[in-house]
Amino acid sequence: MAQISAEKGHSDGATRRDFLDLVAWSTVAVGAGALAWPLVDSMNPAADVLAMSTAEVDISQVPVGSGVTVKWRGKPVFLRHRTEAEIEEARAVDVSDLRDPQTDDARVVKPEWLVIVGICTHLGCVPLGNKPSEQRGEFGGYFCPCHGSHYDTSGRIRRGPAPTNLAVPEYEFTSDTVVRIG
Amino acid sequence: MASDAPAPVLKSGVLRWIDDRLPIVSWGYKEFVAYPAPKNLNYFWNFGSLAGICLLLQIMTGIVLAMHYTPHTSMAFESVEHIMRDVNFGWLLRYAHANGASMFFIVVYIHIFRGLYYGSYKAPRELLWMLGVVILLLMMATAFMGYVLPWGQMSFWGATVITNLFSAIPLVGESIVTWLWGGFAVDNPTLNRFFSLHYLMPFVIVAVVFLHILALHQFGSNNPVGIEVSKKDKIPFHPYYTVKDLFGLMVFLLVFGGFVFYAPNMLGHPDNYIPADPLVTPPHIVPEWYFLPFYAILRSITFDIFWIIPAKLGGVLAMFGAIAVLFVLPWLDTSKVRSARFRPVYKWLFWLLVIDSFILGYVGSQPPEGLLPTIGLIATIYYFAHFLVILPLLGKLERPLPLPESIGSPVLRGGMTAQAAE
Repeated sequence: MAQISAEKGHSDGATRRDFLDLVAWSTVAVGAGALAWPLVDSMNPAADVLAMSTAEVDISQVPVGSGVTVKWRGKPVFLRHRTEAEIEEARAVDVSDLRDPQTDDARVVKPEWLVIVGICTHLGCVPLGNKPSEQRGEFGGYFCPCHGSHYDTSGRIRRGPAPTNLAVPEYEFTSDTVVRIG
Repeated sequence: MASDAPAPVLKSGVLRWIDDRLPIVSWGYKEFVAYPAPKNLNYFWNFGSLAGICLLLQIMTGIVLAMHYTPHTSMAFESVEHIMRDVNFGWLLRYAHANGASMFFIVVYIHIFRGLYYGSYKAPRELLWMLGVVILLLMMATAFMGYVLPWGQMSFWGATVITNLFSAIPLVGESIVTWLWGGFAVDNPTLNRFFSLHYLMPFVIVAVVFLHILALHQFGSNNPVGIEVSKKDKIPFHPYYTVKDLFGLMVFLLVFGGFVFYAPNMLGHPDNYIPADPLVTPPHIVPEWYFLPFYAILRSITFDIFWIIPAKLGGVLAMFGAIAVLFVLPWLDTSKVRSARFRPVYKWLFWLLVIDSFILGYVGSQPPEGLLPTIGLIATIYYFAHFLVILPLLGKLERPLPLPESIGSPVLRGGMTAQAAE
């Protein structure tokens, strides 16, 4: 094709046919993309999944030093009633030494309540330690049994393969005893 | 190629009429009856057709199992128990399917190591080999999704760990994982799509197997001596190799039956008989045995690589890299000699790779404690060194033994060359 057009005297090689080719194939690409998108997007979270995205928790019965685990968006959320010692420990850490530097204040709304997603940031296991009876790792917070990540009393990664701190979900205290997550 | 093979003599006029218009009989005859194969193939050449039979058995049992299974988080576990207790021969179908997956992997791993030992991946069979690696990848995806379906604890947490691998991808990782899940955790949408894909992928494998056979028959099978085979050193597939394959199949079925009838849960994990619980992680998550070496490679990277690749991404890259090196193997191995029989050094390195794979498998099966992570890291480094460093250099440094002119000549001349190589 390029040869034919060259014979017709288009010395720069670009022809009207090349342009039409480009436009045609671009249209095909956009069309194919538009066709594929509904199929691909249908695999994203559906409306009913998105609608189930808040959870209300009554925390009045949780003793100091213990925690509750609730299900939010299919994941466990830890609400831990921290002791004074645990709060002090979390605050005393030198932030610059952390793999994922965050102060304890930035991770809590009320210092006595730590609210975090109970999913190890390595490969998604549920760490132990929300109940006092469970193994809490070397930093007194959480320990992931799958691949050995240790978290402190603020849920920050201190040792092991996990790259980031345990996530803090969006939440607010709707009253002194009720937390709404999401 | 098989095109110069004789056409079938069709006695039935109806068959002739059909074959004239749709040459399916003569095609099957050329490719699976008259197909000229080297006369010296040993029993390691049984594993290709065995793998094909495994695939068919999986599809047959799977289609029937799907008639009794319910892909819903609230019913999946119980529907599997329903299959085990209530469905006529359900226990047989499910045990045959679950153990059949293990058998399929044993067969395919032997098939792959056969290719490695006899250099079957070398020119002109590079695409044949690469299609095989594609089949391996598809098999792994299929097996992984199949293991999720019973919705036990290992199903759920295996699915969680493996889908989370994709979160290691920079920037878009989290969105990809949400997309894979169809939610914010492994849940009903995930189970549903895994069932759909688990049903689809075996048929994709069938299609790639046909390409694999098409590529195989282009130049014909490699052989234990690894040299090009002349026409006079070839024999028709039927009856010589149909009989040999059938004998191998009998032996295989004895082993398979041994597992199905006497140790049906030996290769599984007891935790998978506990229904999935998203709030409790089992203390020790292990994948099925056929993924253990790759799991060990994944876990061996616990440090950031060159300060730019975080440990998590590094582990994921290493795991996929372990298969990616197989894709480029035909170009990594610089030796022109195919069979390890004539490669005095490679012969030993091959067995070191086998041992290395077993070490990785053992490390993958154990909790990452004590010396094991270090051993796993060393074994991982050796695995990659074998393909990326040793093979390219070895081809230049090694002095291969003299190759015979033909398969027949060493035998006819008193077996000097071939026996010296043994």
